[in-house]
Amino acid sequence: MKPLELKTVGDTKVVVTRQFPAPPEAVFRAHTEPRLLKKWMLGPEGWTMPVCICDPRPGGTMRFEWTDGKGNSFHLTGETIEIEPARRIVHVERMFLPDPTPDNHVETLFDPVAGGTLMTLTMTLPDAAIRQAMLASGTADGMEASYARLEGLLLGWT
Amino acid sequence: MPIQTLSAIFAALSDPTRLAIVERLLAGEATVTDLARPFALTQPAISRHLKVLEAAGLIETRIDGTARPRRIRPEALIPAADFLDRFRAILEARYARLDDLLAELATENSNEGPKE
Repeated sequence: MKPLELKTVGDTKVVVTRQFPAPPEAVFRAHTEPRLLKKWMLGPEGWTMPVCICDPRPGGTMRFEWTDGKGNSFHLTGETIEIEPARRIVHVERMFLPDPTPDNHVETLFDPVAGGTLMTLTMTLPDAAIRQAMLASGTADGMEASYARLEGLLLGWT
Repeated sequence: MPIQTLSAIFAALSDPTRLAIVERLLAGEATVTDLARPFALTQPAISRHLKVLEAAGLIETRIDGTARPRRIRPEALIPAADFLDRFRAILEARYARLDDLLAELATENSNEGPKE
């Protein structure tokens, strides 16, 4: 398996690639079924996702809520734009921290490759400044934000 | 860091002028007059931006006689490569959990019968 690759492309995109030793059908299910999403799309140890709504149809809404069980929580909302089962998901999402962050347009592609699936996740932010802020905040699509990991996490350009 | 602070940092850096101000200050401290010059903005407009950056903890004011140069707070600086690495680590942790889940799903499937 090739390791995860993460790169910025142009002024507004972030592209992540990662291989999984499972067929595209399974990786796609793990990205769209709440029962499965709740098991892996989490923050650091101790964080859970008590609310996970995902309606993978064009126009369908999503809502993910995370909590650390100590009174800290945040959430994300989004809408599915296009969907091809076991192949491709296009959606838009934003985090509430608690103010909404600018929309992150996300395309997730699942390509069958020898031994499994190559996932290509392309995030497109409105402009370079917002992309920089998103990366610096460590939240990406925000799902992994946590107080612990974000401690002291600011940014520089040097 | 409280999430309100994170939100303030996000808001502060989401503005192109403020991002440019931060980039300028990375080269060294500067006064409001210095900062206003390249942006074709009035000093009060620059001051408003500086207030937002200062509230987010990204910059601070040094008192030098009658001058009030602004500078980056050194502790706010983590090299770009470093935050990309952190971001990568966060994603790696998440996808490692997905690997485990996919292995579980494969086991479930094989228990149900000879599927792929």
